[in-house]
Amino acid sequence: MEKAQYLRLLYQMLLIRRFEEKCAEMYAKTNIRGFLHLYIGEEAVAVGVTQALAGDDYVLATYREHGHALARGMDAGAIMAEMYGKQEGCSRGRGGSMHLFDGQKLCGGNAIVAGHLSMAVGMALAAKKQQQNRIACCFFGEGAAAEGEFHEAMNLAALWQVPVLFVCENNYYAMGTALRFSHAVQELEKKGPAYGIETAVADGMDVLAVERAAREAVEKVRAAGKPYFLVCNTYRFRAHSMFDAELYRDKSEVEEWKKRDPIPRLSDFLLTKKVITEQDIEDLENRVAAEVQKAVDFAEGGTWEPVEQLTKFVYSSD
Amino acid sequence: MGDKTGILITYREALKQALREALLSDERVFLLGEDVGRYGGAFAVSKGLLQEFGPERIMDVPLSESGFTGAGIGAALAGMRPIVEVMTVNFSLLAMDQIVNNAATLLHMSGGQLNVPVVIRMGCGIGRQLAAQHSHSWEPLYAHIPGLIVLSVGTHEDARGMLLSALKSPDPVVIFEYTYMLNLEKEIPADAGAVDITRAKVRREGRDISIITYGAGVYKALDAAAELAAAGIEAEVLDLRVLRPLDEASVIASVAKTHRALVVEEAWRSGGIAAEISARIMEKAFYELDAPVQRLCGVEVPIPYPKHLEDASVPQIADIVNAVKKMIKP
Repeated sequence: MEKAQYLRLLYQMLLIRRFEEKCAEMYAKTNIRGFLHLYIGEEAVAVGVTQALAGDDYVLATYREHGHALARGMDAGAIMAEMYGKQEGCSRGRGGSMHLFDGQKLCGGNAIVAGHLSMAVGMALAAKKQQQNRIACCFFGEGAAAEGEFHEAMNLAALWQVPVLFVCENNYYAMGTALRFSHAVQELEKKGPAYGIETAVADGMDVLAVERAAREAVEKVRAAGKPYFLVCNTYRFRAHSMFDAELYRDKSEVEEWKKRDPIPRLSDFLLTKKVITEQDIEDLENRVAAEVQKAVDFAEGGTWEPVEQLTKFVYSSD
Repeated sequence: MGDKTGILITYREALKQALREALLSDERVFLLGEDVGRYGGAFAVSKGLLQEFGPERIMDVPLSESGFTGAGIGAALAGMRPIVEVMTVNFSLLAMDQIVNNAATLLHMSGGQLNVPVVIRMGCGIGRQLAAQHSHSWEPLYAHIPGLIVLSVGTHEDARGMLLSALKSPDPVVIFEYTYMLNLEKEIPADAGAVDITRAKVRREGRDISIITYGAGVYKALDAAAELAAAGIEAEVLDLRVLRPLDEASVIASVAKTHRALVVEEAWRSGGIAAEISARIMEKAFYELDAPVQRLCGVEVPIPYPKHLEDASVPQIADIVNAVKKMIKP
C-alpha cells in the first residue's frame, strides 16, 4: 500500500473522530438537539469498508452514520449544518443527525433498526434488473440481527441472488443490552451461512483488516452478483446517545477496548514502519481541525427554512 | 377516437387488464407478491401473467411482508416501478413499518432527494365470511399517513384505471381493492384506461342529499340511491376514490348543492374516514347544512364469521335507505 493511501485512511478516521468530538461539544451547547449517536471507536469499519466501494454503489447506514457520511466523501459542512437543522444541511435540515442523505452516496441515515436492510436488497435487485455493475452496501449493528427484518432480508438476498454486501458492525451492545442478552447464538457470522450467504469476520478495530476483508467481499459481490455478509467486531467508546448514563457496562471494559483504538493502532503501525512521521500526523491533525472548524462555521452561518415551507416534500408536487 | 362501446367485465378482469397493460407499457414495471406467479394470484388476479411475462417480472416471494415490501421500496428508489401485492390488508401490518417509516418519509426526510415511486396493492374488506383476521377495512390507518397517496377502488372503471395512473406517480401509492367484488360484472367502456387519481367523483347526480362513500360503499350507495329515487328522493353519490390527499373541494361542492350529507364506510366508526369527512364539512360547509351530518360505519367489533353477523357488521343498502329517509323527513 502506498503512503498516500495510508494517510487517507488515517485522515478519514481522524476527521470522523474530531468531527464527532465537536458534535458532542455542540450538543452540550445545545446547537445540536435530538438524538446524537457517536461512532467514536468504530471508525475503522466505515472507513475500511468504503475504500472498497465505487462512487455509484448504494450505501445505506443506521442512525449512527456520521462516519459513513464522511467516509463517503460527503461535505462535513453540509453534515454539520444538517445537525444544526439548517436548510443548507445535506437533508435540508429535515433529518438531523439520524437522517443524513446524499443521493446514492448515502441513502440514509435510517433510524428504524434493520428497516433499511430490505431496502438495500431492493436496490441491489434493481441494479441486477437494470444490468448495472453497482452493488448495495448495508451497514447495521448486531442489534439489527435480532430483528425479523434481518432474517427476511438475508433470505431474500440469497433467494434472489442480488449484489448486496451486509456489514454487521458488532459493537456488542444494542443500546444497553449486551450481545449475550440478545442473541442465543452470539457468533453472528453463523447467521450468514444459514441463508447460504458467504460470510467473513474482520477485526473492526483494525482499518487495514477491514479494508482487506471488504475488498475481497466487494469483489465477490460485484463479480458473482451475490450477497455477502461481513461481520466487523468493534466497540463504541462513547455512550449510546447523549441520554445514556452507561449503567450497563463497566468502565474497565471501555478502557480495555480503548487500548485497541483504531486510530493510534494505525498511526503507531505506520510510525514503527517508518511510513509516516510525527510531522505527518501533526499535519493531518491540523488539516482535520481546519475542516471541522470550517464545517462549524458553515453550520453557524446557515439559515432556517421558512416555516411556510413546513409541508414541502411531503409529496413531490409540493 | 377511443371505443366507447360498453363491455361487460368482472372487477377481477379489470384489475388484471390494468396489470397487463402496465407490464406491457413500461419495462421498469414488475409485480412482486405472495403467490402472484405460479399459483396465479391468491384471488386469481394475476393468473396467466407469469406465463406471459416470465419470472423476472412476475415474482413470487416468500412470506416476508416487511422484507418484500421493503425490497419494493428499495427497487423504486433505484429506478424501477415495482408493484407490490400484499395478499390482504391484514398482512400489511407486517409491512406497515416499511410503508409508514420508509416509503412515506424518505422524500421529506431526505429534503426532497429521494422519490419512492412504489405501488402497493392490497385486497381488503368484508363479505366472504373470512372472520376477524381477514375482513378488515383499514383504509383509515393508511389515510392517516402524510406522504402516502391512498386510493380506494370502488368501481370497475377504477379497477381498470387506477393502477396505471398510480404507476406514473413519483410518490408511494397504496391501492385498496375489494375482494368481495372480484366476481361482480359491470359495464365499462371498451377503451377504459388510466383515470385521474387526484379527485373524488360524483357517481350519481342528485339534489336532495349527498351520500359520500368509497370502496365497497360505492355500489351499495348507488343501489340505495336507485331505491330512494323510486320514493322521490334524489340522492347524489360521491365516491371519494382518493382517501389521501382528500379531495375536500368535491365534498364541499356536493354538500353546498344538496345541503345534507350522509357518510358511509365499512371501516370502524371511531377515527375513520367518515369522521374526517364529517369534520371537514363542519369546518368548511357548516352553514350549508340543513341537517346534521350523519355517519353509517362499520360496527366496532372484530368481524364475526357467520353470514348474518358479518352482514350486520357493515352498512347495507337498506341501512343507507333508512338513514337517508330519516334525514330527509321534514
